[in-house]
Amino acid sequence: MTNDFDRIGRASRARKAAVRAVTYALLTFWALMVLFPYYWMLLTSVKSYSAYNGEYVPTFFTLAPTFQNYVSAFSEVPLARYFLNSLIFTIVTTGLMMAVIIPAAFAFARLEFRGKNLVFSLFLALMMIPNELVIITNYQTITGWGLRNSFPGLILPSVTSVFYIYLLRENFAQIPDELYSAAKVDGTSDFKYLTRVMMPICKPTIITIVILKVIECWNSYVWPRLVTDDPAYFLVSNGIQEIRENGFGRENIPAMMAAVVVISVPLIALFLAFRNKVMSGVSRGGIKG
Amino acid sequence: MKVVLQHLTKKFPSRNKKSNDEVIAVNDFNFEIPDGKLIGLLGPSGCGKSTALNLISGLIQPTSGRVFFGDDDVTSLPPENRGVGLVFQSYALYPHLTVRENILFPLQNLKGSARLSKEEMEKRVTEAAKLVQIENLMERKPGEMSGGQQQRVAIARAVVKMPRVLLLDEPLSNLDARLRLQTREEIRRIQRDTGITTVFVTHDQEEAMSISDMIVVMKDGVVQQIGKPQDVYDDPINLFVSKFLGTPPINVFDARVQNEKIYIGDEAVLDAPGARDGAVWAGVRPEGFVPDENGPFTCRLTGVEVMGRDVSVVCGHDKNAGAGAVRAIISAENRPAEGAKTVRFSLKSYKVFLFDHDTEERIRFGEFEVK
Amino acid sequence: MDKQQNNLKGWLYLLPAMLFLGFFMVYPLIDVFVYSFEEGYNSASQTFFGVGLYNYAYVLHDPYFLQALKNTFILVVITVPLSTIIALLISVGLNSITPLKKLYQTVYFLPYVTNTLAVGLVFMILFKKTAYTDGLANLVLAWFGRGPVDFIDGPYWAKMFVLCFYTIWVVMPFKVLILTSALASVNQDYYNAAKVDGTSPFRIFRKITLPMISPMIFYLVITGFIGAFKAYSDAVALFGTNLNAAEMNTIVGYVYDMLYGDSGGYPSYASAAAILLFAVVFTITLVNLSISKKNVHY
Repeated sequence: MTNDFDRIGRASRARKAAVRAVTYALLTFWALMVLFPYYWMLLTSVKSYSAYNGEYVPTFFTLAPTFQNYVSAFSEVPLARYFLNSLIFTIVTTGLMMAVIIPAAFAFARLEFRGKNLVFSLFLALMMIPNELVIITNYQTITGWGLRNSFPGLILPSVTSVFYIYLLRENFAQIPDELYSAAKVDGTSDFKYLTRVMMPICKPTIITIVILKVIECWNSYVWPRLVTDDPAYFLVSNGIQEIRENGFGRENIPAMMAAVVVISVPLIALFLAFRNKVMSGVSRGGIKG
Repeated sequence: MKVVLQHLTKKFPSRNKKSNDEVIAVNDFNFEIPDGKLIGLLGPSGCGKSTALNLISGLIQPTSGRVFFGDDDVTSLPPENRGVGLVFQSYALYPHLTVRENILFPLQNLKGSARLSKEEMEKRVTEAAKLVQIENLMERKPGEMSGGQQQRVAIARAVVKMPRVLLLDEPLSNLDARLRLQTREEIRRIQRDTGITTVFVTHDQEEAMSISDMIVVMKDGVVQQIGKPQDVYDDPINLFVSKFLGTPPINVFDARVQNEKIYIGDEAVLDAPGARDGAVWAGVRPEGFVPDENGPFTCRLTGVEVMGRDVSVVCGHDKNAGAGAVRAIISAENRPAEGAKTVRFSLKSYKVFLFDHDTEERIRFGEFEVK
Repeated sequence: MDKQQNNLKGWLYLLPAMLFLGFFMVYPLIDVFVYSFEEGYNSASQTFFGVGLYNYAYVLHDPYFLQALKNTFILVVITVPLSTIIALLISVGLNSITPLKKLYQTVYFLPYVTNTLAVGLVFMILFKKTAYTDGLANLVLAWFGRGPVDFIDGPYWAKMFVLCFYTIWVVMPFKVLILTSALASVNQDYYNAAKVDGTSPFRIFRKITLPMISPMIFYLVITGFIGAFKAYSDAVALFGTNLNAAEMNTIVGYVYDMLYGDSGGYPSYASAAAILLFAVVFTITLVNLSISKKNVHY
């Protein structure tokens, strides 16, 4: 009887070990699928032009890494320019957005005024409007204002996000009313209450929103493509597309890969530094696309 | 089915990653649960009682030691092969299934020769539902029921497969006070009706005492005392056990023994034949006080709480070493006079326990010495 | 403080947001409908001939639009179920392990923070067959005695395969993240209860795990449909900006092409196509919601 039980116990443990092994195999397989393009991009970026083109059958490693491609990426195409443009675009857009959404979220969460509920419902309804529907008119508007190929033209339509107002309002609304009453009793103005009490308390959410917006800005492609055709105003995404179609000559793939590495690094570094914030932020409602 | 635990130990790696210390959740358990009895595993939170329960269920594997069901060593068996029924504190009823489907669920898992026919399953589900008196709620979903009803469903689901051992993890803690009373009677009744050996875990000593055939008092992973509830209450093995059982809790005084007499402050309150001289903790059960104008024990009266038939006399005392005020439960007709500043008591010797000042182990004297 | 002043203050705090939303969301939203009904609108002179449904009729008869519609539907039908199932498998696996879990999660999330255009270029290189090399994908095919196929400039199904593959690669991080946290939030007691009752792992998955996380699965299916219908930059990343020539255009791509570029200058056609797209997305979302109402248990 006891032997029998031992056998059942052993069998159950063996089964568990097998399941575990299969699980790890599957997870590792997908991890490799995810990592491989990154590996390939790094690898190719350090292969020399001649070595790369000499490989009819691609090799999985190189013994003679070179950084010449990175030099080319910055000297033969205006990569530094694209990079700087994206940086300016990202910082200004994110900063402006925060300046716009924080007061709005505050008004919805804290202030009492006539028409608030109606306006808030309208805001919520706007959350369902996809960007693709409004981009056509925005294109016409910006063109009409003569803002094509300019930073205001790039930035202005990208500033507001109803979703982030909503996210921040929900967070603001969780702060107990007693704090507001206490501040009022102490003679704190609304603005001071917002900046000294609410914003510090909601700092995690604010940081999350900033990170999400930075990711969005850094990767934005469609709108910049519509309103810029002067390479002096290209962002990195458009720059990559430009490099692909007209840069280096079509065949200098190692140099293209060097450019790709350069523009991918900032966000990956940001992600690794704020891993938990980024992931919890995205799972709270970030939707790509 | 009797359950035997032999040298059962469970260590967990420390949660603090930097230190390599292990947490010993259950330390060298040795006891036998007789067939068909209801056992209460009792202790403050974090004492390892839930771990002990999960070692019996098989959800956790012990670090060392063995578990027997009857004469079978089930230590290496996974939970599904042990034939245990488990009721969770959260009930763990599947929210997307109806009551009937929830109770049916364990039966549908049976495979091979153990598999029942459809009619047999139906019959068993109906029987289980009848046992816990929820026959009229069978098509509801758990979300549409009260906590007490959910608790019954959880018990029905645990007993429907006729387990060899039924395990209940804090089964009453999510219920309000009135339901708790009612449900614990119910558990007692179901256990008697089915005769299944039952272990239940609780931090509520009143609950454990009221329905268990036997209680196991635990602290920091170590069994303190095992016995019938009344025996453990009347004869606690150490200060912890004496404090843990009883409401209101036992009164503890910083006392000393001199010439076979117990002194609390300057007053010799009780004879302690056979006790050695030295500092002790003296525990006095609230019902151990007898109002006595010439009694040896004096304390400052701070209030009287009416409890109905009895009153609770609340006093202050310089040597009080307990967490709250000194409390004496006495009959209402003996309550102290209005405006009295002090009260005097004599003490019932069998309601006074002495504990070593350092080890907090029991010091036996007088009639207790025999044991 | 008096009430009037309070009202004023509320609106003042809202003003910047209202201005931006008014100019760049509310007005365009109305305007897109206006455009879509203005026949023969001319961007340069801002004039039009008449009002009617001509723009819709034109778009619906435009072979490029029909091609884009077909591509988008294929993409949706393949990638939405496939990515959801793979993400579910990975999340269940991820949830069952402890060592290395964080590492895997971090790796799986990487595509989310990477520029779609940039990695698309890498995929293009991996799959492209040129005069100098057959590319890595063909090397793998050769191991199985197949190929070579040009996945970027070659046959339609090869191109569609790469597009689907890349799309799945791109959407996976979000789905894995959502499903992993949904799985982690299921009370462990349910699994313990099932284990004690001898439930087989497969039955646990089908009868407990799936129903418990069904709301999140439906959420992913719905957002997945919406996202896939709006596919565009993935295709650009792989096949370049001239998607019509590559037969790989999507509906959104068609909208932008009508607006801008070599074939652009027709905001009316673009508007009509955009509205058609959202009619489709809206309908499918409604269908999804009504199915989920029947099948989601809370």
